[in-house]
Amino acid sequence: MPGGLTLNHFLVLSLIVFAMGLFCVMSRRNAIGILMGVELILNSANINYLAFAFYGGGRYDGQIFTIFVIMLAAAEAVVGLAIVLAIYQDLRTIDVDATETLSG
Amino acid sequence: MVAQAIFYLLALLTVGSSAVVAFSRNIVHSTFALLGAFMGVVGIYVLLAADFVAMVQLLVYVGGILVLTIFAVMLTQGIADVTISNRAVARAPALVISAVAAAVMIFAVFKTPWHQGAKVMVGPTTYGIGNAFLDTYALPFELASIVLLAALIGAVVISRPIDRRAQEQ
Repeated sequence: MPGGLTLNHFLVLSLIVFAMGLFCVMSRRNAIGILMGVELILNSANINYLAFAFYGGGRYDGQIFTIFVIMLAAAEAVVGLAIVLAIYQDLRTIDVDATETLSG
Repeated sequence: MVAQAIFYLLALLTVGSSAVVAFSRNIVHSTFALLGAFMGVVGIYVLLAADFVAMVQLLVYVGGILVLTIFAVMLTQGIADVTISNRAVARAPALVISAVAAAVMIFAVFKTPWHQGAKVMVGPTTYGIGNAFLDTYALPFELASIVLLAALIGAVVISRPIDRRAQEQ
């Protein structure tokens, strides 16, 4: 393997980033902060895909899946931020604890 | 040896920036730290011989999603009020759950005998990716365009100002 790097190096890096994203999603009360945590989690998943594609014998499936994940992340960010802006227009806040209109 | 040094530098950039994103009390600091995290991940992709995906990541994440996020932050918050801009609750339980998840995953990573290919392929990937998109993955590729169109229309419809007089009639 090149330069003494192994698959585990990349897997551990990706799971550290995943844990940070998980913490971000669970503790934030700012809707945009939560979306940032989701982006971190998606990036860690992409690192995993590419690491397995690289060390798994050089097929392109992992890279293709990464491109699909990036595409869906873009769609998710666009719709998510549009919802956040709509909530802000209505309630003048994006604190997710304040948006309880739907809880009966 | 050089590859290892580069890897640890990129890992430091990625993890440090992610930590700022997750722990900072200022939403603007979090947003700009996201830039460092994305750039570190781009470097990791290059290290994994994924040149095309790295450039896509640069274009879509740094050029698109990050700019969009900065726009949303600037448009919504009273960002001058740092103390309330990035409120975080229940930090201790969240930290415990994240740490437990990370510990379980580390255990799984080191316990599992991963299947690894005999050879590692380093070279330009665009030819193979292009062929795969037009051959094996042609249908998902087309479906992706429909998803993007739906997201485009949905974003415009959702973020349009609500016309209250039209609603009351």
